[in-house]
Amino acid sequence: MKVGLFIPCYIDQFYPQVGIATYQLLKKLGCDVDYPENQTCCGQPMANSGFSALTGGCDKNFVANFDAYDYVVAPSGSCVLHIKEHLKDDKNPAKAQKIRNTIYELTEFLVDILKVEHLSSNFPYKVGFHTSCHGQRGLNLSSMTERVLPQFSKPEQLLQKVKGLQLSYPERKDECCGFGGTFCVFEEAVSVKMGKDRIEEHQKNEVDYITAGDVSCLMHLEGILKRQGSKVKAIHLAEILNHE
Amino acid sequence: MSNLKTLDHAAAAEIFIKDEARTDWHDDTLWFVRQKRDKAVHGIAEWEQLREWASQIKNHTLSNLDNYLTAFEKQAEANGIKIHWAADALEHNQLMHKILKDNNISRIVKSKSMLTEECHLNDYLKKQGIEVVDTDLGERIVQLRDEAPSHIVLPAIHLKKQDVSETFHEHLHTEEGNNDPQYLTEAARQHLRNHFIQSELAITGVNFAIAETGGFVVCTNEGNADMGAHTAKIHVACMGIEKIIPKAEHLGVFLRLLARSATGQPITTYSSHFQKPRPGQEMHIIIVDNGRTKQLGRADFRNSLKCIRCAACFNTCPVYRRSGGHSYHTAVAGPIGSILNPNLDMKANADLPFASTLCGSCSNVCPVKIDIHEQLWKWRQVIVEEGYVKPEKKMAMKGMAWLFSNPKVYRWAGKSGRWFLRTMPFLGNNKLNVWYKQREMPEAPKQSFHDWYQQNKNK
Repeated sequence: MKVGLFIPCYIDQFYPQVGIATYQLLKKLGCDVDYPENQTCCGQPMANSGFSALTGGCDKNFVANFDAYDYVVAPSGSCVLHIKEHLKDDKNPAKAQKIRNTIYELTEFLVDILKVEHLSSNFPYKVGFHTSCHGQRGLNLSSMTERVLPQFSKPEQLLQKVKGLQLSYPERKDECCGFGGTFCVFEEAVSVKMGKDRIEEHQKNEVDYITAGDVSCLMHLEGILKRQGSKVKAIHLAEILNHE
Repeated sequence: MSNLKTLDHAAAAEIFIKDEARTDWHDDTLWFVRQKRDKAVHGIAEWEQLREWASQIKNHTLSNLDNYLTAFEKQAEANGIKIHWAADALEHNQLMHKILKDNNISRIVKSKSMLTEECHLNDYLKKQGIEVVDTDLGERIVQLRDEAPSHIVLPAIHLKKQDVSETFHEHLHTEEGNNDPQYLTEAARQHLRNHFIQSELAITGVNFAIAETGGFVVCTNEGNADMGAHTAKIHVACMGIEKIIPKAEHLGVFLRLLARSATGQPITTYSSHFQKPRPGQEMHIIIVDNGRTKQLGRADFRNSLKCIRCAACFNTCPVYRRSGGHSYHTAVAGPIGSILNPNLDMKANADLPFASTLCGSCSNVCPVKIDIHEQLWKWRQVIVEEGYVKPEKKMAMKGMAWLFSNPKVYRWAGKSGRWFLRTMPFLGNNKLNVWYKQREMPEAPKQSFHDWYQQNKNK
């Protein structure tokens, strides 16, 4: 099984440690994984701003980089959802379709494809889980409070295997953090207010860390935490699962 | 009237949020309604099945709208109801005015009808020297304040009891500073009762119009639609063309969904069925298009017409709860308003599809399964394509698209002083870094993942 590692642009540039943790974790779990080195961005920042007409170059580059793999895996529900819903290749639609069908967010890959039963992770801290919307409502990584369906959570299933970790949820279990792509600057006031409210609920649980499946949410929450001078730190789920 | 746009959503929201304590109160109040909704729907094992049925009934109806509308007209006329057709808001208002003039009417009561808000009926009639008294308590409060409703189910949800007390003191001469809700609602009750007794004509909305029977159903919690319709000698009901359902038995699906989604009640206090005028009464229905057929013709957006105006998407929306209904500068605010209003005026409402994080909670609570957040995404594409976007934004997006299409340029840009830190649009592409106003920047690491991988891949 050949796995192509997709590390979204802002992780590559700002949070390489999340890429490293994801790579090491997949290796540990026995995957034959490479990182195609000419990858850039999935195109979501443009598309979500209304400029999907400008994403042709990103699509072409994405298909060229990931065409050869059995699976594509990324530590970001949001970018994976974008590829799943919007990747196009007009010259070779079958190639784009194959990638759309075989791209996975990290936790769903671990749970559904690798069927991970055991992890050697150890993370003796109080961790608050932030549910990232695109992974949850878009990729169905966990049940949603709005729906009347059986409860489950793929990320929680994995976090429960981590030694020493005490998991908590905020009172509003799956409310958006307010990042929202370019929303975070074009609707700055609402965006920050939403982030502050998420943080306040996690702080009530006296957490050491806030974790999530998407770095974009964490980047936004971390920016507010640091401005507040809070001791609470933001950490990506892959970093916890890879921590021994 | 505050429904005239003076600021875009982001600017109006920024002003709203300045009073953080009040924003928290607004957010908590609406979240409480969302929780009531959750409690009510989790008690119904077949909830998801009901949503699916409602969605399919509405889809079927929209695909056969012409037939159902003419069947409804025929049946309603056979029942003795007069049917009028209005192509747009102006024609709706003119038709109403004509009914008033023909019958020499001056005393009018109106129960809640978002369609008449959409058509700005009150303003239109005011210009003709005619006053309409809104009889829904929340609507009466905002009417006395010369404001627009901020929510389609809870029109005065942006106001606290102190605000209501001040308004009633000024207009209804209640005691100054008496904020007791019982006292205030009793004052409203007495005030409205006089208007009901004297009214000559009652306007109501329509929640469901039944093609099979020619009857219609109006849902209220205050009984004010009945009070109006039962006392006045003329009843005029106003409905959009999408309010049709094929059969009376379909009410069994929609009435179960509506109130649970709206307020968490098992059913609205009054679900009033109107079939024909009582002896000596006249009954009219004005059926309004006002852009609906245009929306029906937009493949990506037609199913927004399934909406039954429950406002569940408002209550769940984290942006709505923190920005208030007036920041949407339209009669129907919230997520559903953001996909309906660009159809009515794309330029004036170009900001609305962007007033969302695309979190998707709206689509999940929608009782008729409208893919609201996906339509928000699609409207963004249409708005950009039609050119209703700032040139700076377009330039930035073009620059980014070029960069991401060229892996070498992308890596060079990353290395040369972390180009991203300055230029990624979500970090603000101008002199004032908007991200930094209330958030720290991410720290630039020593090396990118790409560079780490090159050094470590063979280890």
